[in-house]
Amino acid sequence: MTDTHTGFGRMHRKEDARFIRGRGTYVDDVRLQGMLYGAVLHSPHAHARIISVDTSAAEAHPKVKAVITGETLASLNLAWMPTLSNDVQAVLATDKVRFQGQEVAFVVAEDHYSARDALELIDVDYEPLPVVADARRALDDDAPVIRDDVEGRTDNHIFDWEAGDRRRTDEVFAGADVVVAQDMLYPRVHPAPLETCGMVADMDKVTGKLTVWTTTQAPHAHRTLYALVAGLPEHKIRVISPDIGGGFGNKVGIYPGYVCAIVGSIVTGKPVKWMEDRSENLMTTSFARDYHMQGEIAATREGKILAVRVTTLADHGAFNGSAQPTRFPAGFFHVFTGSYDLEAAHCEVTGVYTNKAPGGVAYACSFRITEAVYLVERLVDVLAGELGVDPAELRLKNLLRPDQFPYTCATGWEYDSGDYAKTLRVALDMAGYDELRAEQAEKRAHGELMGIGLSFFTEAVGAGPRKHMDILGLGMADGAELRVHPTGKAVLRISVQSQGQGHETTFAQIVSQELGIPADDVEVVHGDTDQTPFGLGTYGSRSTPVSGAAAAVVTRKVRERARLVAGAMLEADPGDLEWEAGRWYVRGDQEAGVTIKDIAMAAHGNLELPEGVEGHLDATTVYNPPNLTYPYGAYICVVDVDPGTGKVSVRRFVAVDDCGVRINPMIVEGQVHGGLADGIGMALMQVMAFDDEGNHLGASFMDYLLPTSMECPSWELGETVTPSPHHPLGAKGVGESATVGSPVAVVNAVVDALKPYGVRHADMPLTPANVWRTIQGRPFRTDLAIT
Amino acid sequence: MKITVTVNGQEYDRDVEPRLLLVHFLRDELGLTGTHWGCDTSNCGVCTVCLDGTPVKSCTVLAVMADGKSVRTVEGLEQDGELDPVQKGFVECHGLQCGFCTPGMLMTSRWLLDNNPDPSDHEVREAISGQLCRCTGYENIVRAVRWAAEHPGTSTSTSTSEEEVTA
Repeated sequence: MTDTHTGFGRMHRKEDARFIRGRGTYVDDVRLQGMLYGAVLHSPHAHARIISVDTSAAEAHPKVKAVITGETLASLNLAWMPTLSNDVQAVLATDKVRFQGQEVAFVVAEDHYSARDALELIDVDYEPLPVVADARRALDDDAPVIRDDVEGRTDNHIFDWEAGDRRRTDEVFAGADVVVAQDMLYPRVHPAPLETCGMVADMDKVTGKLTVWTTTQAPHAHRTLYALVAGLPEHKIRVISPDIGGGFGNKVGIYPGYVCAIVGSIVTGKPVKWMEDRSENLMTTSFARDYHMQGEIAATREGKILAVRVTTLADHGAFNGSAQPTRFPAGFFHVFTGSYDLEAAHCEVTGVYTNKAPGGVAYACSFRITEAVYLVERLVDVLAGELGVDPAELRLKNLLRPDQFPYTCATGWEYDSGDYAKTLRVALDMAGYDELRAEQAEKRAHGELMGIGLSFFTEAVGAGPRKHMDILGLGMADGAELRVHPTGKAVLRISVQSQGQGHETTFAQIVSQELGIPADDVEVVHGDTDQTPFGLGTYGSRSTPVSGAAAAVVTRKVRERARLVAGAMLEADPGDLEWEAGRWYVRGDQEAGVTIKDIAMAAHGNLELPEGVEGHLDATTVYNPPNLTYPYGAYICVVDVDPGTGKVSVRRFVAVDDCGVRINPMIVEGQVHGGLADGIGMALMQVMAFDDEGNHLGASFMDYLLPTSMECPSWELGETVTPSPHHPLGAKGVGESATVGSPVAVVNAVVDALKPYGVRHADMPLTPANVWRTIQGRPFRTDLAIT
Repeated sequence: MKITVTVNGQEYDRDVEPRLLLVHFLRDELGLTGTHWGCDTSNCGVCTVCLDGTPVKSCTVLAVMADGKSVRTVEGLEQDGELDPVQKGFVECHGLQCGFCTPGMLMTSRWLLDNNPDPSDHEVREAISGQLCRCTGYENIVRAVRWAAEHPGTSTSTSTSEEEVTA
């Protein structure tokens, strides 16, 4: 299926050709000569001292090639590794295990069945210790100290962090007519991409080169970290991130299994493959959320929202592996100011250790913005209930106006552009809001439970400006490199990498748009550190805002180089040339022009070029974004609730997104669809609960429920387009918009449905059991085992 | 154990461990890596293949259970260089993103259309309800299958023809 499509617009994806034939290459598809297979032994305890690890029986297994323990790693100084939040995490436990599922030993064998057999032969003697599974108990005086590996540590406190002006906020609250408070939990969830995490590590002892095929969303950052941690020379490390079966933030961090696979290859001299199983993925790799929030909102009696404040307890698990720009331990949570013109706002966040898996990764949440949006949009609904006004009306009254942009919010973010009320009105029209309210009134009269939920979200995506953010000291600018071959075909090399976002298409369209050649004439190279320039990777909806801008800038550089060559070809002053799609021509004489294809051949040919003109057209760039981009949207969810069973059915979902200029609207809509499904999952089904002993109650897809085709309605999408003023293409990020904006719309809808019972709030997930208990006035803690 | 399995029309004789899963037989023994593995508990469905014409989750079928039977995988959908309508539909309607669930979705879609050439949206949703997709929110998968139903062209049935068995 070839396509002559040029520029922006809907076009089929270039990458589909291999995927529909089953010819993608995912990490587990990589097979190397002599490859061995690794498997990890995990702790059954959430907190226990390791008395001894006996690997002798495993080592005696005829197909086992190596058994690696924490002790082995300690001798290489690799038993601990740094996390993305400047903490350390055990690669393989040496002293204690600190969460159920923690990595204890690694077996390398001839095949993966044998590797797993051998795990059964390892004998670990544990002395169980008291467990802290509930973050709200983590700072109790009698709570066991989880991180006694850190000298002098006497509690489970990680950090206190605040943003906004506390005094000013308190003043506004003190003078407000109406103050409403609401405690809410954004429970622990897991991104659960269908492809689990894994690696094939191949250390070539002759060349000293380490090549890894790995499930990473950030291949360049991983390469640098491997170099820094393991002391390997960075130019001898090649990180290949081939086709990735979904990431959603799960594949940002470096996991113990990766390090073990690399050590396994070094020890055995053979390539080693390690792939998690599903339980390992759910139990040990990065979770998300786990925010216990005490929110308050202040307003006038007439419904002018004045201020928001929140105190948050953040459960970071046993090691602080939270993935976000270093200066922001709570990510971008402080954009909880939302879409409203507030006089003041303040938040304080306290991070604690618990006996749970580490992480705190972005799960399609744009660095904790989903928590922020959940907080403010729940509070606005609670306020609407308190004031007795319609939640749509309350929002329309308080949304920022177009003339207020660029707008600096009370916690310091500079929103770039927006016409919020317009977007909300489009959504209300699409939904037929007034008719829905009339239907709801009629249904209520008959005892039927129907709910209508709104959310209006603003995101801050595209991290980020070097002066404001970095990850472990690495700036968040992205490189791009464009080569144009003599026949006018182009190869774009980018640092970001796709986990399904369609970069091979979107980025080809950017070059196509800027150079006027068909997108099919542009090959996009990504996911291989030996083949691409440095950049920080794909997460936080940053690909289009940062690397997309880099692609546009580098293509414009090529175009300018082409102008010089065209000048020589046309015997004209380059300054007198004008550009139109695909060609330079002499101003005032449209006929006298040359196409990029002609220019490319001439640039590589024997045409005499003026002094200082190099020839060839290739160019490179590094894009350091001046600001984040601020996509936003208005979502409306309609639910029906069965009062007898508590079952929630999502009847309709209207989503109107404004992500600025859309490069490929088909791909944008696909991103939104996926995020909406995710939102329904989080609102209604997904949770990782624990019992008092720290047992993980969601360690398989039988217990950790994900939405299927039956829970999802047919999505109704709309759009408005308000370009970003600082992005070269006017585009904003969109990959996470729907995951950020949709959960709270669903919750608002369910709470709205339960209004006849006097329900003001219920924590996610709104499972039938939870809804039923809420109707009975006996809600339970959704993060703990149901009691 | 010695088994003979016909996969995509070709017969394979192999000596396998009794515990070997069909998904690993296809991937590791035959190198047919288009069939993926995702959960071990029959919940995600990325390993779906057709066994004697019926979709099964190959992570919960032993390879020895396929002895004497016929398996069709995503690699067997394209015939003589011609894509199956469901493959075309997924491209036309953006029915895939990361591509990991796609092979399983395609096999179930093919089976559905063989048995119900003109399914409603709801029937498509029911047919794929045992399979997860984390990227698309299912909407475009439903559209893709509907597209294939409307463009039957040269569909290639999942049921095993006499010709395929003896090939």
